[in-house]
Amino acid sequence: MSVEHASMRIIDGYARGDTDFAADEVWALEAHLEACEGCRDRLSAAVTAEAPAVAALVGTVWSDLEPQLAASATMPRQRRWSARLSRWMTPTMVPWLAMVVSVTLLALLLDLVDTGSGEVSLVLLLAPILPVLGVAASWSRGLDPAYELTASVPRAGLYLVLRRTASVLAVVVPALLVAGWVTGVTAAQWLLPCLAFTSTTLALGGVVGVTRAAVALAAVWAAAVVAPTLATSRTTFALQTGSLPVWGLVLALGTAVVIARRGAYSVLGAHR
Amino acid sequence: MTIGKEHHMTSAVSAADIAPTAYAWEIQATGLKVRVGRKRMAVDGLDLSLGTGVHGLLGPNGAGKTTLIRTLATVLRPTEGTLEILGESTGGMGEHRALRRRIGYLPQEFGYYKRFTVREFVEYMAWLKEVPKADIPAAVQRAVERVGLADRADDKMKTLSGGMVRRVGIAQAIVNDPTILLLDEPTVGLDPAQRLRFRELLQELGTDTCVLVSTHLVEDVAAACTDVVVFAEGRLVFQGPPDELASVGGPEHVGDSPLERGYSALLLNPEQGRGTW
Repeated sequence: MSVEHASMRIIDGYARGDTDFAADEVWALEAHLEACEGCRDRLSAAVTAEAPAVAALVGTVWSDLEPQLAASATMPRQRRWSARLSRWMTPTMVPWLAMVVSVTLLALLLDLVDTGSGEVSLVLLLAPILPVLGVAASWSRGLDPAYELTASVPRAGLYLVLRRTASVLAVVVPALLVAGWVTGVTAAQWLLPCLAFTSTTLALGGVVGVTRAAVALAAVWAAAVVAPTLATSRTTFALQTGSLPVWGLVLALGTAVVIARRGAYSVLGAHR
Repeated sequence: MTIGKEHHMTSAVSAADIAPTAYAWEIQATGLKVRVGRKRMAVDGLDLSLGTGVHGLLGPNGAGKTTLIRTLATVLRPTEGTLEILGESTGGMGEHRALRRRIGYLPQEFGYYKRFTVREFVEYMAWLKEVPKADIPAAVQRAVERVGLADRADDKMKTLSGGMVRRVGIAQAIVNDPTILLLDEPTVGLDPAQRLRFRELLQELGTDTCVLVSTHLVEDVAAACTDVVVFAEGRLVFQGPPDELASVGGPEHVGDSPLERGYSALLLNPEQGRGTW
């Protein structure tokens, strides 16, 4: 497709500032000049040739501006990786995720030295609530200073919830996989409870606030499963393979509630 | 015509820019009630219509200004009544993504990430506000220049003074070229010179934007606002131009300027016998 360019007659006239142009002709020329580099070059040549007064004026302005332009900072070309990472997790989540990973490593260490917890694996026992802590951190009013701004933006809501949850899982699940592989716990045993807990936290979080939901669920888990297991040194039914369908059901229910109530994550209530 | 055919030209005005609006007022509230906590109605039956211009929201502490602004920013849901923003009702459970793209909001407690530079933070907010990716660098630069922080744009936020942080807050609010701009106490921490510059910016923005500025400084209103909204106990007490507010007050009322006297005259409502503050 060939583009028609402005004729020399029009460009010369425009450079001279002729008054016999129709308004629509000037408008069309200016719109074309905005998009066409070749015609701009021809115009600047025409200005030098046809209107030395204008060229001199431009020269003066340019020499006045140059020292100011030299002083003002130029925009950095390369974005820092931390700025790009912030689209996935807030900077305040990083220390929390580091903590979650260190807890996993600690549990792994205790499992390896086997401090008398019998056949129970600490990694297996803690796996379901570890991502919950990360999810709580991503929506905590106390930890995230920009929570109110974040709640007011178009990207807030389910989109951001899922994005941040995914980034938490992307850190926690590989750490648990490694720990599970070392201690010989199969992934199926903890992955489903882990995901079920995460989805339940989000579902409950839509009603009472994500942080509150996470704290409540972690407390329930500690009281109902961790404490009895450590006391009796036997893996509870909740973490045996027989209960996996139940965890699957919880995961499905949690996910359904999150999707059905997605509007709840774009208001301040979710940040409690 | 010898110059390009129509489809080769950049049109100076897009169709969206000249389309007629489908609403009479940018913000229209009817019988609006917003509950905070379990019992307290912070906004209690508000009828308010706001169009283009700078609107100053005045009111004593605890009048419900922040709650009203949060409701307009769609982060709180109305309990009762209707609220239409840019013609869109905000009653339901929706996420209002399209609407939120056209709102700029500066909360009273402006939280930020200390390790970000000014540019990174405003860029991050532009991304959150779904500004098209290609437009983000230019939009950020423009917003930062408008608040006079171009020379500090690549400094970390933790190195800025309180007034500068406030200006970053204003920059992030205007980065998406909002149709509605909601500023909650934006002048806190600004020194007198910055305050003057801020008023100029407000007047500039008010030519094509509906700006709602909550403040407790009557002189801000006098200098920059085309319209004053006085709000007390969750209800509208007065809405009109600053001159009209000034004419309400007489010499017997407390205050240093006619506007302050008008303001205190309005709040001297007999049914409102609430202490000396």
